[in-house]
Amino acid sequence: MIGNFPYIAVAILIGLGVYTLIFKKNLIKIAIGITLIESGANLFLITLGYRKGAVAPIYTQAPEGMTMVLPTPQALTLTSIVIGVATTALILSIAMIIYKKYGTINTDEVRRLKE
Amino acid sequence: MSSILTHSPALVMALPLLAAFLTPVVGRFNRKILGWFISVILGLTLGITILMAIQILTNGSMIYVFGGSEAGLTLPSGYTVPIRIIFHIDAMGIFMGLITAVVSFLAAIYSLSFMQKESGLEKYYALLLLLATGMFGMEFTGDIFNFFVFLEIASISSVALIAFRSTLSGEPAEAGYKYMVVSSISALMVLFAVGLFYGQYDVLNMATIASVMQFTQLDKIALILLVTVLSMKAGSVPMHMWTPDAYSEAPAAITMVLVAASQASLYALFRVSFSLYNISLNTVTIGWIIIILGVLSMFIGVTMAIIQKDIKRLMAYHAISQTGYMLLGVGVGLAVLANPVALDSFGIKAMEGSIFHIMNHAMYKGLLFLTAGALFYRTGTRDLNKMGGLANNMFYTTIFFIIGAAAIAGIPPFNGFASKLIIYESVYKFNPLLSIIAMLVSILTLASFVKVFHSAFLGPKLEQYKKVQEVPKSMLFAMATLACIIVLFGLFPDVIVKNLVHPAVMALINQTNYTATILGGI
Repeated sequence: MIGNFPYIAVAILIGLGVYTLIFKKNLIKIAIGITLIESGANLFLITLGYRKGAVAPIYTQAPEGMTMVLPTPQALTLTSIVIGVATTALILSIAMIIYKKYGTINTDEVRRLKE
Repeated sequence: MSSILTHSPALVMALPLLAAFLTPVVGRFNRKILGWFISVILGLTLGITILMAIQILTNGSMIYVFGGSEAGLTLPSGYTVPIRIIFHIDAMGIFMGLITAVVSFLAAIYSLSFMQKESGLEKYYALLLLLATGMFGMEFTGDIFNFFVFLEIASISSVALIAFRSTLSGEPAEAGYKYMVVSSISALMVLFAVGLFYGQYDVLNMATIASVMQFTQLDKIALILLVTVLSMKAGSVPMHMWTPDAYSEAPAAITMVLVAASQASLYALFRVSFSLYNISLNTVTIGWIIIILGVLSMFIGVTMAIIQKDIKRLMAYHAISQTGYMLLGVGVGLAVLANPVALDSFGIKAMEGSIFHIMNHAMYKGLLFLTAGALFYRTGTRDLNKMGGLANNMFYTTIFFIIGAAAIAGIPPFNGFASKLIIYESVYKFNPLLSIIAMLVSILTLASFVKVFHSAFLGPKLEQYKKVQEVPKSMLFAMATLACIIVLFGLFPDVIVKNLVHPAVMALINQTNYTATILGGI
């Protein structure tokens, strides 16, 4: 049971993110929602590679006979974090432009395209 | 020469990617040659893609192992699964690659005059190159995590391009925000699905996953996630809310590339359902889900299009509607995948129609968006009610618009007719009702484009457009090339279907071939 805690955390993070996306009307909060989902996905990946009592996967320096955690999910997570930084920066800068042009970041008022 | 061919999968990616980072440097020295520099780079990319296409269509799939001692060595001695990143390009991948190469090259040519007056051109061109890189990557990669990375590259650059014109008004930024939210969620769900696959099978290579696929509960979750988000990125109803905004606010040349980018997602959807799962999934259910998505997109897209007043928004709704045709045909193919008799009698034909329609749609929709861009370039408006009588001033643009509109409405002898006829015939054998809906949608499409033609081009010369002239040569060149392709495809559909489309369909259907290319003979 206790081993499943990370997966529960993943579910909570993604659930909160989806909740934020659907129910919040603030553009910055929507960006936060996306970041939450992203953290959930990253946590999920990193948990997949975890092995109980294992050491860091540095092949030349691992002690004899110890198991190592899986290195691939860590590489995946690192890539995904870097991409996430780019995504967050872009989405926040677009939110900034919207605030400049519309004077608000409430999604109910930012809807000139619908007209 | 042969070494260029061996390394062409890497070159196709490296050329635009490295040029993207060179672009600001070139722009600093000389802004005049910037557009030509990009055009040459994308022209070279197109050349290499055509070389690859010839190689693949004569000799079968191409494999490129990054960082390996040999380009084709997927399993170094002692390994049973591939561990490196592998580019795996079969007939379907190169089919999409050709579309991407043609479209991005023509976008660069068109932008030479179209974007001349804008500032920040080096950023525009760098992003265009990155978008091309991302699309090529999505279509060529054989590694599912790599696919996620390229999906993100394509979405980030296309978001920045959609919001490119937000210096003047807020609408482009609004459209960009919407698309960013949609594509981040899509990409993160793809990442989650990658995690599900990796957790079960310990591999990331798509062919290897396909060969050990158990279709457990987790695989079903991954399938649902992938189908949902990829059809959202492809812009099918009911997940289409971003499409009209993004397509209408982006610069015209970019809209054309965005159409191809949505098709890259569509390709990924087909790749996942055919190559990754194939008959291990419940093909009838998933097939019908895709068919229903297709029919909804067709019908709702076209009915929304009829009431639009903004010319690019109208065309964007038509893009949704045409995506429906592609989903319909491939959905029929997927629904009968487990039934060899039905597959032979009409399933393969239906898929040929749809896959052919992907290329046709990229060409005529690209042409239509470019003509809309030409109208905007000269009149400064996208509102159909403010236009009129432009056929007097813009002779060639009018001709190109007629060709594009006739092709999208499925009038012979243009390419839209060729692919739509195949879809009608084969889908009729599966379920007559679906075929009738498809024909009805085609008629509505014609009606809507007659309206556009009437309000924009016909009528007397308007006072405010007295001085309007034909658009510059580079824009005409891009439109003329697309128009030529449309007419040629319409006149000789058999040649294209036999040499280009049929191999692509067989590459999708035949999963054993797909896995055997990576894992060796079975």
